[in-house]
Amino acid sequence: MSETIKKFLYLNRKAPYGTIYAWESLEVVLIGAAFDQDVSLAFVDDGVYQLIKDQDTKGIGMKNFSPTYTALGDYEVKKVFVEKESLEERGLTLDDLQHLVWEDEDDDWAEKDSIELVSREEMTALMEDAEVVFSF
Amino acid sequence: MSTLHTVNKSPFEKSSLDACLSRVGAGANVLLLEDGVYAATKGTAVEPRVKQALDSVKLFVLGPDLMARGLSEDRVIDGISVVDYAGFVDLAAENDKVQAWL
Amino acid sequence: MRFAIQVNEGPYQHQASDSAYFFTKTALEKGHEVFRVFFYHDGVNNGSRLTTPPQDDRNIVERWAELGEQHDLDLVVCVAAAQRRGVVDEGEMQRNGKDATNIHPRFRISGLGQLVEAAIQSDRLVVFGD
Repeated sequence: MSETIKKFLYLNRKAPYGTIYAWESLEVVLIGAAFDQDVSLAFVDDGVYQLIKDQDTKGIGMKNFSPTYTALGDYEVKKVFVEKESLEERGLTLDDLQHLVWEDEDDDWAEKDSIELVSREEMTALMEDAEVVFSF
Repeated sequence: MSTLHTVNKSPFEKSSLDACLSRVGAGANVLLLEDGVYAATKGTAVEPRVKQALDSVKLFVLGPDLMARGLSEDRVIDGISVVDYAGFVDLAAENDKVQAWL
Repeated sequence: MRFAIQVNEGPYQHQASDSAYFFTKTALEKGHEVFRVFFYHDGVNNGSRLTTPPQDDRNIVERWAELGEQHDLDLVVCVAAAQRRGVVDEGEMQRNGKDATNIHPRFRISGLGQLVEAAIQSDRLVVFGD
């Protein structure tokens, strides 16, 4: 759609359901995938709560949008960075999060992990490296 | 890439300022606006944190937001530059990108 | 320099739209280009022409519209966010069987791709929100 390829970083710092920001920002990621940019997602602070597995929204009458994260790989969104310190501060580990994968066509469609755990220092470097930061 | 970070929350209500300061690289530029301007004033509980940040990053505060809140420029911590909207636009243009800590 | 502006909050509740307005106005006065102002989340409410603030208050919607008129600004309201919040143009009214529209004529409703395109086409994306 465009010849320009920019390094996009979607910065997710908010928890789901309490406000709509997490869901509507995921909608931008899905639409944005069609533009063939160099896309990374960053989950820091309360943003890590978006990725927790076993979300069940039946009791609050809202759509459970967490399965959509597992579809990110199908949209060629393969780089999902989760900050280690943010998880630790919230008493969470990688095991508490959904398993996100993408299929590598250059490797016989092998399933590869999308989530990469990074330190706060590495997150700083990722943010510095980005050309466009989307905040919601 | 040089980045202009923006923080628009009071440091007494939300952790945005700390979230920003703990993840910005040396030489970054941080602009305090809206309720974020309260972090720029002297004598607050967060002043030590802000002064510590001044060792490695440049801090700016949006003057119109200070004035609106009854805070004169002489209450601003030394080392923090007061800018108007023209200064905000200049900062956004001079840096390679703008990152909002919403 | 070419800017893209994103507004995530509605008028009056939050200062975001005011801050975005003054940033946009100042950037244009300084000779910069503003490729697009994209209204997202509750920000879509900035495009309702039915907004009626008290006379001694600023009219945030009209202020955007006037700036848009002066500088031929592209003021875009996100369709998905607008549908949820009842911000409607003629096309949406007919498509969804509604009995009224409320979009200000200086704004237009379009897809999220407009935000992504604005980010690609502009030198800077500046986001205002909560």
